[in-house]
Amino acid sequence: MATVVLLAVTGLGLAALYFLVASGLSLVFGLADVLNFAHGLFLSAGAYVTWWASSWVALEVALLLGVAAGVLAGVVVELVLIRPLYSRTIEQVLVTVGLSLAGVALLQAVFGADPRPFPRPSWAAGVVPVLGARIPVDRFVLIIAAALVFLGLMAFLRYTRYGLIVRAGVENREMVSALGIDVRKAFTLVFAIGGGAAALAGALAGIHFSTVSPATGSSLLIFAFIVVVIGGMGSVPGSALAAVLVGLLQQFVNYYGTSGAGDVCVVALLAAVLLWRPKGLAAS
Amino acid sequence: MILDVAGLGVRLSGLDILHGVSFSVPPSGVTALVGRNGAGKTTTLRALMGLSPYSGSASFDGSVLSGRPDQRVLAGIGYVPEDRCVFAGLTVLENLRLAERGRPDHDLVYGLFPELRDRGEQKAGSLSGGQQQMLSLARVLQNTNRLLLVDEPTKGLAPRVVTSVAAVLERVAASVPILLVEQNLAVVRRLASSALVLSGGRVAWTGGADDLLDDADLTKSLLGVGH
Amino acid sequence: MRRFLPLLVLAVLVLLPYSALFNAPGTLNLLALCAVFAGLAAGYDLLFGRTGLLSFGHALYFAVGVYGCAMLLNAGLSLLLSALLAVVAGVVVAAVLGAVALRVDGIAFSMVTLAFAQVGAIVVARDPGGLTGGEEGLTVSSGIPSFLVGVAQTVNLYWLALAYLTVVLVVLHRISRSPAGRVLAAVRDDPRRVSVLGLSPYRFKVLSFVVSGGLAALGGVVYLMIVGGASPHVASSDLTLTLLVMVVLGGPGTRFGPAIGGALFTFLDYKLTGYADRLPGPLSQPLFVLGVLFILAVYFFPGGLAQLRTRMRLPGRA
Repeated sequence: MATVVLLAVTGLGLAALYFLVASGLSLVFGLADVLNFAHGLFLSAGAYVTWWASSWVALEVALLLGVAAGVLAGVVVELVLIRPLYSRTIEQVLVTVGLSLAGVALLQAVFGADPRPFPRPSWAAGVVPVLGARIPVDRFVLIIAAALVFLGLMAFLRYTRYGLIVRAGVENREMVSALGIDVRKAFTLVFAIGGGAAALAGALAGIHFSTVSPATGSSLLIFAFIVVVIGGMGSVPGSALAAVLVGLLQQFVNYYGTSGAGDVCVVALLAAVLLWRPKGLAAS
Repeated sequence: MILDVAGLGVRLSGLDILHGVSFSVPPSGVTALVGRNGAGKTTTLRALMGLSPYSGSASFDGSVLSGRPDQRVLAGIGYVPEDRCVFAGLTVLENLRLAERGRPDHDLVYGLFPELRDRGEQKAGSLSGGQQQMLSLARVLQNTNRLLLVDEPTKGLAPRVVTSVAAVLERVAASVPILLVEQNLAVVRRLASSALVLSGGRVAWTGGADDLLDDADLTKSLLGVGH
Repeated sequence: MRRFLPLLVLAVLVLLPYSALFNAPGTLNLLALCAVFAGLAAGYDLLFGRTGLLSFGHALYFAVGVYGCAMLLNAGLSLLLSALLAVVAGVVVAAVLGAVALRVDGIAFSMVTLAFAQVGAIVVARDPGGLTGGEEGLTVSSGIPSFLVGVAQTVNLYWLALAYLTVVLVVLHRISRSPAGRVLAAVRDDPRRVSVLGLSPYRFKVLSFVVSGGLAALGGVVYLMIVGGASPHVASSDLTLTLLVMVVLGGPGTRFGPAIGGALFTFLDYKLTGYADRLPGPLSQPLFVLGVLFILAVYFFPGGLAQLRTRMRLPGRA
């Protein structure tokens, strides 16, 4: 029983990370139609800036700086690289591919390819007994952070004008423009949101795994992509549900089956969803 | 003339859809844009809205028409697309709020479309075809427009609803010029003062709407149907 | 005369090892790698440039060729049989995965190909049953004929790679001239038109996927000969991304563009790695330089090197 609880909470912790990365990606896919390979860089930006700043300021402040770095990165990438290629989808994908390759290489050059130890704050250290299992606190930090971001995003989408524009734009971007709204600002906004959320994920992943390396971005990113497709592009609740499914599936199968089988199962789930509901779970 | 189009050409996926289309829209009344399926009517409206690239030029009220679709809307052109295109996941009120510009005239909208008043919180996707068409029109009509581009508003609607929509457009046309794409010739006869026929991406005929519709042979040869 | 230019170039390439400049084994090894990747890039372009399919999982079929052939050789089969079976395996895997992945379009298709390739990479790394050698990979201990082994025989490896490249280009050329090739171009440009004509875009896409996968597996076999072993990076998504970069740099959909892109990229990657300690900061990472070049190319030369040639020859044309 204790094992199940530990696996479940760890799985949810992983799901939290996936959701943080996937939610922004999903909005970017859904609204701007951009397959952003460079999203992993936002993650790394958050992780490395937090790591680097933590030697100067308190970790909590460093975290905020990391998120700010992610937001900035998102805005810059959209304005400089994506916007000029408006509606040239393939070129946009290619540019993000080039950016991801160059970006990881840059990180390797500056910080080295080896994993560096990441500081763990006191509020994320230690274990908590839950239902007979001893659960590390950092899992709960991840889950709470993701839950807060989820609520924040839903509120944004539901109650703000830009949230309305994003929801409409995900359905039919062209029509939003044909009603007199400049969607480009909404694009920059979702890139900023995505960048910030991914950066948060990167910093939290650093706390969770206690290390940071240039490769963390890419490995989390691939599963985030899968979560986005399973959940349905442009749907935040879809991403949340898919993230939970993927996180739990991965944890349980990797433990009870052979290591790696969980990953294979996740991909099988992706294939199944695509064959049965190509638009993702959230599509009505 | 509120709208002057010269040599409009549109090329999509390597195919020429419009070849050197030129016409003018008078500053009042309804100009009907008719033609067989595939003649290029929707393409013309989309090009004028900047939704697809084109060659040639268009000028709106004396100045050159250019820029992104949203810029053209801000210049005063309202666009009601084919197949309604309401945002299914948004409520009726949200659809309206999204499209609001300046000080929208809610009284006018609810006066024209009383059915929408009680359905504010209903998701647009659950509305009937007729109600969606009302919403699509309401979105645009709540604002002040200097020209309306309306694409097949009666498509797929029951006869009673077609009449309602035509009545709405008739009221609106008293104050705003409309370029109306329509396949329903009864609606054209009711609303239009001038007509413009497209065939194979080219202008095949222009003139008074009644002149076109009264001439059965002409109607048949250009549109393939009699009335 | 222009028609014979490719043959002339081929003749020059075949005769290259006889010149004093190019007969060092190190150089020939590099040239052989360039030729293999030129062929791989050209085969990938069948999917990307000619059929309009953006697959992120191409490395998987390459890996099937490399690992498949290595495992069979180590099991004692002859080179010919191992190579044949490895290519067949590549074709079969491509057929199965392609049939599933092509059920969806656009971004979803790209994601599925990425996901499948990721599974492949994971399976290879996890080393099931000790077959794949995990992180360390496999070395081929037997079965390679003597004319391909040893420093003095490097020239034979070069000619083998060149032969592979020639095969790929000929196959691609034949396809593009055939009716099927025209359908593929239509699938890329306007799939609706294809269905309207009563043809199934799906079938042609699968065909393109299978041929491309088979060619990649064949490339894998040749690569194995040159490198002498299999390692997990041949299955990585990074490899597919670099193939994409090669194709775009060279010019997607053109006859020789992707091949030139592949050869050039491999050459630059090798050289830049060699200069790594002498270059400052991020320039020491070849992927940084190439990544940036790639981004610039997408902006300013969307047609790749092939477009550059046209631009230089006809300055008046836009």
